[in-house]
Amino acid sequence: MPKTLAQKILQAHTDETVKEAGQIVRCNVSMVLANDITAPLAIKSFKAMGADQVFDKDKVALVCDHFTPNKDIDSAEQVKVVREFAHEKNITHYYEGGEVGVEHALLPELGLVGPSDIVIGADSHTCTYGGLGAFATGMGSTDIAGAMALGETWFKVPPSIKVEIEGTPGKYVSAKDYILNLIGTIGVSGALYKALEFSGSVVDDMSIEGRMTIANMAIEAGGKVGLFPVDSKTLEYCQAAGRTGDVELRADEGAVYERVVKIDVTGMKPQIACPHLPDNVKPIDEVKNMKIHQAVIGSCTNGRISDLRIAAEVLKGRKADKNVRLIVLPATPSIWKQALKEGLIEIFMDSGAIVGPATCGPCLGGHMGILAGGERSIATTNRNFRGRMGSLQSEVFLSNPAVAAASAVAGEIIDPAAL
Amino acid sequence: MTIQGTAHRVGAHIDTDAIIPARFLVTTDSAELGANCMEGLEAGWIKRVKKNDIMVADENFGCGSSREHAPISILGAGIPVVVAKSFARIFYRNGFNMGLILLEVGDDFEKLGDGDQLEVDAEKGIIKNITTGEVITCAPVPPFMKGILDCGGLVEYVKERLSN
Repeated sequence: MPKTLAQKILQAHTDETVKEAGQIVRCNVSMVLANDITAPLAIKSFKAMGADQVFDKDKVALVCDHFTPNKDIDSAEQVKVVREFAHEKNITHYYEGGEVGVEHALLPELGLVGPSDIVIGADSHTCTYGGLGAFATGMGSTDIAGAMALGETWFKVPPSIKVEIEGTPGKYVSAKDYILNLIGTIGVSGALYKALEFSGSVVDDMSIEGRMTIANMAIEAGGKVGLFPVDSKTLEYCQAAGRTGDVELRADEGAVYERVVKIDVTGMKPQIACPHLPDNVKPIDEVKNMKIHQAVIGSCTNGRISDLRIAAEVLKGRKADKNVRLIVLPATPSIWKQALKEGLIEIFMDSGAIVGPATCGPCLGGHMGILAGGERSIATTNRNFRGRMGSLQSEVFLSNPAVAAASAVAGEIIDPAAL
Repeated sequence: MTIQGTAHRVGAHIDTDAIIPARFLVTTDSAELGANCMEGLEAGWIKRVKKNDIMVADENFGCGSSREHAPISILGAGIPVVVAKSFARIFYRNGFNMGLILLEVGDDFEKLGDGDQLEVDAEKGIIKNITTGEVITCAPVPPFMKGILDCGGLVEYVKERLSN
């Protein structure tokens, strides 16, 4: 029977025959991930399970990226628990301090995740690796603990929605706009329990970084995974990250999809997700006179080098409005170094930006950019739930990096083309 | 097992930040997390809840983060059951793993008003609205997940697997 991408990858990791959506299958896992918020709970469960060793010390990644550099004593204690566990279990991929990056930017860069892998993470944005053709999904800490002990987990085979992206995009319209447009179209529960599979000429032309931006937000439509076919571009990216043995992967001809959604990007304006849900999406022209107090460029959605390049292009020779705190957080140490080498950091600093370390901090209202009551932020992050970035009386608007940079300069949400 | 309590209605797409905001994630203690349950929806929400009360929600309850702190905080608040039109995927799995009973009732959630007295038979999937006399039946728990529940949750399930 012809299979979707999701079904093909699940089949490659189980002895059972994957037949239909809804079926429960037990699969072995390629990588198991947790961070400084979710790992302490996973460790607690792991111990309660009576587990002694992790199933494979090279297939567990612990990344302390959320409240770090530690914002207070409690978060320092949490990281200490994770650090001690990593040392005790001899876990190869433990990251903190100067080695740490935002987990979903870091793992692909290190070649730890890739095509046809099954990756589960105690972080909902684990779906990012779908950009590389991995069946990657978020779970809770106890599921992660179980997988750390057994090297396997269970999945309900998801039905799939095919998303075809076609057309010719304008200059300041990119991956983030396509995914926001999709979420606006199908809604925050539009892909609940389902897989999203992306295809079309725009996808073929898109960089791997762009694909990861789209896969990253599959969860914002309720999706289990956001999957891209594995082509020569994917293989090139993975080889550069030090992986070997990956092969191309596509859905079978005739695979059954529950629904096909078409997105035409020709003439599309930058998309803005307005408060307080990621599906409250409007073309930028409909978001008028929206004064902002903060602009955040970074996160697992849009903190990669291509994001920083486009932000720097907009900011070069310009100054952030004096009433706006512009925060730029390159997502990993190597992205930071590359940005430094290319002169992007200097452009950011000249524009008045605060350039910070690789951290998830402000995205989740953790630290380094918390909003006060009545404040409004534009951000390249992935969620704008009420109170997400601080006060319940604050607001978060989501955009692509060019829009966030332009808006910092204008002091209000603006199309970079109009700056 | 039957649970009797007052229904607390919440809306659609109640996200994990509403259930337990990020600033409270510096602990794994259930009492502490319970004391701040739904703090992102409304400051002091927890004050209206008594032990064994029941949360009733619209669609996509628990969307957002994978934080297991969310079901832990609901349990920590003394709420053993959430009845919703539908649940977000990660939350649904986390709920079972933590021993929080989740009942998906589709549009029938409308029959459970804020403040109504409810009686929930989780095993049979029957919800009785004592206030209105209405009775709702919901889909049974999938057999695989029932297996995990029968073991006493995922921790016990893995423990058993490891000892074999």
